Amino acid sequence: MVRHYLDFERPLMEMEREYEELQRFAHRDDPRVLARIKKLQNRIAKVRKEIYSQLTPWQKTQLSRHIDRPHTLDYIHLVFEDFMELHGDRGFMDDPAMIGGLARLEGETVVVVGHQKGRDVKEMSYRNFGMPHPEGYRKALRIMQLGAGFRKPIITMIDTPGAYPGVGAEERGQAEAIAHNLREMATILTPIIGVVIGEGGSGGALAIGVGDRILMMENAIYSVISPEGCAAILWRDGAKGPLAAEALRLTASDLLKLGVIDEVIPEPLGGAHCDYQAAAAKLKEALLRHLEELRDVPEERLLPERYQKFRRMGAFMEE
Amino acid sequence: MAWFKKKEVTPKERKKGDALWSKCNVCNEITYKKELERNLNVCPKCSYHFPISAQKRLAIVLDEGSFRELDRGLTSVDPIHFRDTKRYSERLKEAQRRTGLKDAFVTGSGKVHDSPAMMGVFDFGFLGGSLGSVVGEKIARMVEKAVEERVGVIIFTSSGGARMQEGILSLMQMAKTSAALSLLKREKLPYISVLTDPTTGGATASFAMLGDVIVAEPGALIGFAGPRVIKETIKTNLPPGFQRAEYLLKHGMIDLIVERKQLKEILGQLLDLLYH
Repeated sequence: MVRHYLDFERPLMEMEREYEELQRFAHRDDPRVLARIKKLQNRIAKVRKEIYSQLTPWQKTQLSRHIDRPHTLDYIHLVFEDFMELHGDRGFMDDPAMIGGLARLEGETVVVVGHQKGRDVKEMSYRNFGMPHPEGYRKALRIMQLGAGFRKPIITMIDTPGAYPGVGAEERGQAEAIAHNLREMATILTPIIGVVIGEGGSGGALAIGVGDRILMMENAIYSVISPEGCAAILWRDGAKGPLAAEALRLTASDLLKLGVIDEVIPEPLGGAHCDYQAAAAKLKEALLRHLEELRDVPEERLLPERYQKFRRMGAFMEE
Repeated sequence: MAWFKKKEVTPKERKKGDALWSKCNVCNEITYKKELERNLNVCPKCSYHFPISAQKRLAIVLDEGSFRELDRGLTSVDPIHFRDTKRYSERLKEAQRRTGLKDAFVTGSGKVHDSPAMMGVFDFGFLGGSLGSVVGEKIARMVEKAVEERVGVIIFTSSGGARMQEGILSLMQMAKTSAALSLLKREKLPYISVLTDPTTGGATASFAMLGDVIVAEPGALIGFAGPRVIKETIKTNLPPGFQRAEYLLKHGMIDLIVERKQLKEILGQLLDLLYH
């Protein structure tokens, strides 16, 4: 597989390429080659650690959008068994930017919905870059309500630049679809866990992000507006994205401090894309733990607690 | 040689002129301000509905003397110490000075043709009517109060969307206000949403589109994404009238378009029909 490097990963690129070439073509029994490989390994590990232990918000933004990053379907296949995808909003169409269905998690039936991005040009365009139309949100709600009817817990995976800004999307009620989900998710009588796995882009992300627990992968972001969009409006310069990323407080650790999310799920060094298995294992562990906790919440307390969770969010003073 | 010389207009005089005359955003008609106000800030030529302050809105819609303001003391703080070209805290102070309001949303109880309801009104003049923590808290409180007092809710929106300067907390106000409205629905109390120019972004994608009945003023811009963003995304021209109230009515997104001078009448009727 060809690895894609972000600009701040450049120092790694040369070394990793050399390392791979030595592995592939050099005579392994040559002690000089062996020494070189060993040296490179150490150096790579050191540089990796340096780079990834102090990522800036902008670098995390880039990482959250990394083309090799595991997407919803990747996690579904690694975390769950027997995934059965369901389709359509029963009104207008099936939106490939939002997927959903039934699956088993350690034997228990759960509902999974999530944004879906693509990895190559063809799939990206098929998935509309993970930007749903109103039908995507309506499908997600339909599948969640289907699950709730059978008392199945719901897991949502958030990974979108935002809801699609297009003529058809507006005509068919993009805003209404999102609003409707926000209100209805507050009343779905079954445990809901939302996980921001990559890009949590504004209302289009929140529209499947109302639940009893909101978790976030370590290098995911969650923001009211994209850094570029914010920069274009407030700095009148879209290239000031890095500055806006800093100002918006959009990293997982920021959101934990602001009380918006419940837990940060650690990623393998270098980001989730460096080791899908490890990232998925951490996610699975967190999901199982939170589901276990939520199972103990009596039904009559579930919705009031979910309401209070969001009711408390905000900062103001009162004179 | 010219018969007469064009008189130089000093900036001061021009300012004085602006204070007396208003130019319509749509037809460019220039109207004497007092005349415009008599006409409820609706252009006499093309009937464009100018954005109006929260105070004026309340005066137009409510029975005289029936308004009791709530949560007047709620004030924004700067939770993420946001700074772009200016500090958020400075922007807040400026907006407070300019509008005389603490934030972009005024709530209270009142009566419309004798029907009681909780009212919430945006003031677009305060940071573009943006949805921040104070606005979200006020909406949640007014809805909870409506449940307590067994009355309906009317919200007049004119908002550019979520308030970026409060970061993720502003996004969460969408979830908070929508969740609050689910209580109203459960208690079978009516919620009338009135969309005025402009209603976009996070406001539209939460409480504004959740009305049991959704009313809009003529010509109001209503949408999720702004027209400029959409145009940049799809790289073609937008259809005529796109995202205007009339367009939304045609596409089944709103119930009614009501002119400002009839708004009180219609809201009173709606409340009466839903209450009795």
